[in-house]
Amino acid sequence: MSMATATTQPAGQTIERENYLNKHYGVGSWLFTTDHKRIALLYLLSITFFFFIGGFFALLIRLELLTPAGDLVQADTYNKLFTMHGQVMVFFFLIPSIPAVLGNFLVPMMIGAKDLAFPRINLLSWYLYIIGGVMMLHCMLTGGVDTGWTFYVPFSTAFSNTKVIEAGLAIFVAGFSSILTGLNFIVTIHRMRAPGMTWSRLPLFIWAHYATSIIQILGTPVIAITLVLVVAERALHLGIFDPKLGGDPLLFQHLFWFYSHPAVYIMILPSMGIVSEIIACFSRKRIFGYGFVAISSISIAVFGFLVWAHHMFVAGISVYAALVFSILSYAVAVPSAVKVFNWTATLYKGSIRYDAPMLYAFGFLGLFTIGGLTGLFLASLGIDMHVHDTYFVIAHFHYIMVGGALMGYLGGMHFWWPKISGKLYPEGWARLAALIVFIGFNLTFFPQFILGYLGMPRRYYQYPPEFQVLNVLSTAGATVLGIGYLLPMMYFLWSMRYGKPAPDNPWNAAGLEWKTSSPPTTFNFEEEPVVTWEAYNYEELDAHPDEEAPSVG
Amino acid sequence: MFDNFPLWPDRASTAAGNVDALFIFLIIVSGLMTGLIFTAVLYFAARYRRQRGVRAEQIEGSTPLELTWSVIPFFVFMAIFAWGAVVYFKSRTPPGDSTEVYVVAKQWMWKLEHAEGQREINELHVPVGRDVKLIMTSQDVIHSFFVPAFRMKQDVVPGRYTVAWFRATKPGTYHLFCTQYCGTQHSGMIGYVIVQEPAQYEAWMSGGSTGPLSATGEKIFAELGCVTCHRTDSQGRGPNLQGVFGKPVQLEDGRSVMADENYIRECILDPGAKRVKGFQPIMPTFQGLVSEEQVNALVAYVKSLAQPGTAAATTKTAAVVSPQDRPEPAHSTGSQVQ
Ligand code: HEC
Ligand code: HEM
Ligand SMILES: [Cu+2]
Ligand SMILES: [Cu+2]
Repeated sequence: MSMATATTQPAGQTIERENYLNKHYGVGSWLFTTDHKRIALLYLLSITFFFFIGGFFALLIRLELLTPAGDLVQADTYNKLFTMHGQVMVFFFLIPSIPAVLGNFLVPMMIGAKDLAFPRINLLSWYLYIIGGVMMLHCMLTGGVDTGWTFYVPFSTAFSNTKVIEAGLAIFVAGFSSILTGLNFIVTIHRMRAPGMTWSRLPLFIWAHYATSIIQILGTPVIAITLVLVVAERALHLGIFDPKLGGDPLLFQHLFWFYSHPAVYIMILPSMGIVSEIIACFSRKRIFGYGFVAISSISIAVFGFLVWAHHMFVAGISVYAALVFSILSYAVAVPSAVKVFNWTATLYKGSIRYDAPMLYAFGFLGLFTIGGLTGLFLASLGIDMHVHDTYFVIAHFHYIMVGGALMGYLGGMHFWWPKISGKLYPEGWARLAALIVFIGFNLTFFPQFILGYLGMPRRYYQYPPEFQVLNVLSTAGATVLGIGYLLPMMYFLWSMRYGKPAPDNPWNAAGLEWKTSSPPTTFNFEEEPVVTWEAYNYEELDAHPDEEAPSVG
Repeated sequence: MFDNFPLWPDRASTAAGNVDALFIFLIIVSGLMTGLIFTAVLYFAARYRRQRGVRAEQIEGSTPLELTWSVIPFFVFMAIFAWGAVVYFKSRTPPGDSTEVYVVAKQWMWKLEHAEGQREINELHVPVGRDVKLIMTSQDVIHSFFVPAFRMKQDVVPGRYTVAWFRATKPGTYHLFCTQYCGTQHSGMIGYVIVQEPAQYEAWMSGGSTGPLSATGEKIFAELGCVTCHRTDSQGRGPNLQGVFGKPVQLEDGRSVMADENYIRECILDPGAKRVKGFQPIMPTFQGLVSEEQVNALVAYVKSLAQPGTAAATTKTAAVVSPQDRPEPAHSTGSQVQ
């Protein structure tokens, strides 16, 4: 019944049908494409490139921290390394990662559309990203920047003698690509849903991207303006932030975190969307409490704008402001907790398989739980006074951004890889990689919680010797983690050539994207699909055991 | 004391115990939550793994359950919030009769000046069992004053004072770290807080003072000509500064502000910002004419004028002070004001 619109293709067929990958050839057909799927791949290539640059910086940081003395690099070099690691990872990898790759690829297909609402703007957003990225690369190659990814004033405007302006403008430009993606998604989700695809039938992946897009549109302009003000003060000595010029340094922090706290949700919400899809599919169940999970995404997006000053509890804000921001931070923790409980409850009485995407989803659950709970520590005023700006914070946000967001991203890449590439990845290797990433991650970042509580400040390139043992553990973990990240890249590449051809719906998953061929044709659907079923109709899908998908790998 | 592999930081201030207690509570709460979630996930994953012929049972959701697991965490969170707020509030409210130390941070060193006049660099000597209030500012970028053993941290911001306090409970030498990234030698901007028994501390104190900070301030007050306008009677062109500190001040624009350290500082560096009611706006700015240390001395002096007669009196006591005649506790030193 549900396969009505799909062109069924027996696994192993050799004659290639026309699809979005082979329809046109040549560099031009990629650089001028308006196909959301091709743009997604352009993004995939570019963010992977930046991920390995950022990862390379992380590796150097960890190597430096192997010994208490500052011996591998100069102090100034170290400062540039963590700054550019942060900037690259946040602005050029993680923020675009899920939305611009998987979101771009899947949002139109999941709602039954041919493309995004504004295909050319979509291409423009990639070009903006690339311009920003090239500016960033140029900045890094011609000296780099050492302000920390946070650009705190007056250091950034009056004291640093590195390329602050260039880095600021690079991020400014890349920000517009993020805004355009968000805009495109919102319009697409509102206007382009297939007949019958009501709001209550949307996959949670779509809800998550809708919430993310709201933040991208409302938040990103603020960071853009803030960076322009930094550039203006640095270049023209306008007195905005620097007290010597009559400005207010805390104003900068308010503006910066007004974007950068919600930006954390730009990074994590899409990942939550992926996890919802994966858990539903591999436990063959509708997500427990669909409505609550959907609404929790939106409330996270809204409340996320009200907690920014929890980054400033010891910065010199008033005690009463601190109380307000602390209590609001706890309020925003509730919807995140609700999500975790709902995912857990979805497993109950499911029929669970442990394929690689599901392993990543389990990894996400574990690491996000730890990251989220340590967030409760930081939101607690009394504790934050001690652990603020120590390795405790570093560990916390890596648990969220790397443990949570990146795990979800990898899980999603495995889940949809058959659709994207038309090939199956090697399941055994993928499970192994998931395990290595999980172990390596915990070994890298768990010791940092202890380091933080002991008092090791962040952004230190030399440290008292009593912190060494834990730092060595962390560096060892980073090595394992690095291998864990290289593996998927290698077997994905391998599978593009040698992988078995993927059937249209290898997981027997619900969702319109699985009713297209693998890989899909340029306009996704032969004819506009009409949706007559609820999201996650696994009961109906499993009602015909003979249609059970061949197992993968 | 710096063992090779510590797992818990030294506990050397009254705040440390409070923070640790809350931290342990949080570890227990989050341990329980983690345990609950992990057990459930692992149990379900094992119990409901895919088996031939067994189909998943569709469950739509449950509003009562959703409410339960929203409301219970909410109340737990509120309890954590309240406890954290209490700890923070205590740590942010210096007791009235603390000993005062002025801190000036600059790339990349800590300059500390005791109210009694002793100066130190990257080292701070304090006695056990006495409340110490830090009045801090920066000459350049933002820094942060962090003593892990005291569980105390406060950013040090240029252009204003920020305040922190602690009461040390255990003699020893403790790390002082700068925790706000401040440039090349950020990780070299470290020092020690040396907590001493009162007798040792008094011995240390008796050496090398140039007289109390408020007395230095009094000198600067005269040299810069502040006295010409601020006289000790009501005939001056500026207000009489006796008894100003620590009380509300009526401003020209109708507002009323508390005369704290930041207010005095602002009066000196940016007198236009807040005009005292009933006076002509003739006070010139001293921005650029005085160093951070001189501003600190002036502030200490103005504070010492808070109670008529205190300044002169304490100047004397502090000058003749010797280890023996400094009884613990409640000895009033140079610029102590409530
Ligand atoms: C030319 C006269 C003049 C000089 C010199 C002067 N002041 Fe003032 N000061 C005033 C006047 C007039 C006011 C009240 C109006 C205002 O707030 O600007 C004032 C206000 C103040 C206040 C606030 C008093 C209150 O009642 O709230 C302080 C503190 C102060 N001055 C300190 C100083 C110091 C310290 C110096 C020397 C570095 C100084 N002044 C030099 C004229 C002067
Ligand atoms: C998605 C991936 C990642 C993101 C978004 C990310 C983000 C960040 C950010 C924002 C900072 C703060 C930089 C600053 O202080 O200015 C940081 C610091 C750091 N990151 Fe990452 N990171 C990622 C991956 C990793 C990985 C894989 C490692 C493991 C080796 C790592 C190790 C570190 C370390 C050690 C620091 C602290 C440097 C210091 O403060 O001295 N990061 N990261
Ligand atoms: Cu935040
Ligand atoms: Cu510093």
